[in-house]
Amino acid sequence: MQTHAKKLLVVITEAALEKLLVRDVRTLGAHGYTVCDVRGGGEHGDREAEWEGNRSIRLEVIADEPVCARIAEHILATYCPNFALSMFVADCGVLRAHKF
Amino acid sequence: MDVVVLFFLLGVVARLLGSDLRLPEALYETLSIYLLLAIGLRGGAELAEQPIAAVAPQALAVMVLGAALPLIAFPILRRVGRMNRFDSAALAAHYGSVSVVTFAVAVAYLVERQVAYEPHFPLFVALMEAPAIVVGVLLARSGGDVRSGSINWGATLHEVLLGKSIVLLLGGLAIGWIAGHEALKPIEGLWFGLFKGVLALFLLEMGLVAASRIGEVRRYGVFLAAFGVLMPLVSATIAVGVARAMGLSTGGTMLLATLGASASYIAAPAALRIAVPEANPALSIGASLGITFPFNVTLGIPLYYRLAQWGAAAG
Repeated sequence: MQTHAKKLLVVITEAALEKLLVRDVRTLGAHGYTVCDVRGGGEHGDREAEWEGNRSIRLEVIADEPVCARIAEHILATYCPNFALSMFVADCGVLRAHKF
Repeated sequence: MDVVVLFFLLGVVARLLGSDLRLPEALYETLSIYLLLAIGLRGGAELAEQPIAAVAPQALAVMVLGAALPLIAFPILRRVGRMNRFDSAALAAHYGSVSVVTFAVAVAYLVERQVAYEPHFPLFVALMEAPAIVVGVLLARSGGDVRSGSINWGATLHEVLLGKSIVLLLGGLAIGWIAGHEALKPIEGLWFGLFKGVLALFLLEMGLVAASRIGEVRRYGVFLAAFGVLMPLVSATIAVGVARAMGLSTGGTMLLATLGASASYIAAPAALRIAVPEANPALSIGASLGITFPFNVTLGIPLYYRLAQWGAAAG
């Protein structure tokens, strides 16, 4: 099976940011994204998703390294100072390179 | 004490004792949509029978009240609480905006006692949500700080005006107003008959949520706890004055006092998180959900009824 090397960027943050993040990743060159609802805790306390203000999302983007880097830098500068936010990048292999 | 409040207390106790009780997120969402629409529908059907010319000045007055309350809260938070501008503005916005569920509990209180009130009140609830949030955002950005030009008004107004609470309340009002009492009859069983039972179930969940904010309240200390109780009393007193000037009934005066005293936990947090991200959301939510909401549904509402009676007696 032949795969093509890409980067997987994962952002776990407050649900309030969903619309803004989706807009940003599209603008910065990602072809697609996946969002799911999650629960968790960290230095901003526990976020148990019991009500609107306490929901968290996990946003995943697969893209070329420069695109992921652009998105990550933008998120670090724009949202990290004030929002509960975790972010990491991992290597991944995709089967259809043109999709990402 | 109204039976729905007992459900709230069950939620609080269950959470404080560490129970794993938790309502599914989808149910919470469904119940809140139901409550907002049901309140809107009822108000809309009644609104259809009111002359618009009589309601319009009242509508304007409640919007001014909503915008004025944060202007009173803000200097208290800044000077007495020594909070920074962002936290003060965000908290002030929460306390100027309203809690629809607190309103529903107040209505249940009046219905139980067969006290009359202006039936188009849900319109006032919808109108009081937004002004305080806008004032709060302006207060946060009025300090001439380096980021003062950075208000994202598009996203903020979208959150405020198209947030689910305003859309559902105004949507329900519109449907009720267009349809009228007769057309609503076939769906009455669901929307009006089940209302109090659904409110009880929702309050069980609110008890769980409110009690889980206790940790935040402890972290921020005595001032926040005192503010969470005293600010509603100040707001309720002002609202009673406004209600008397508007010529509202005793029931209506109590409802306006409750709206003034209540603090938002749906519309305001969502909008302020985007518009004033520097503000610490735990502070506003700790106060509004952890202190003010429990205070209002247990002790506040009976107290506001007394206030309204005193207001009426004083003429």
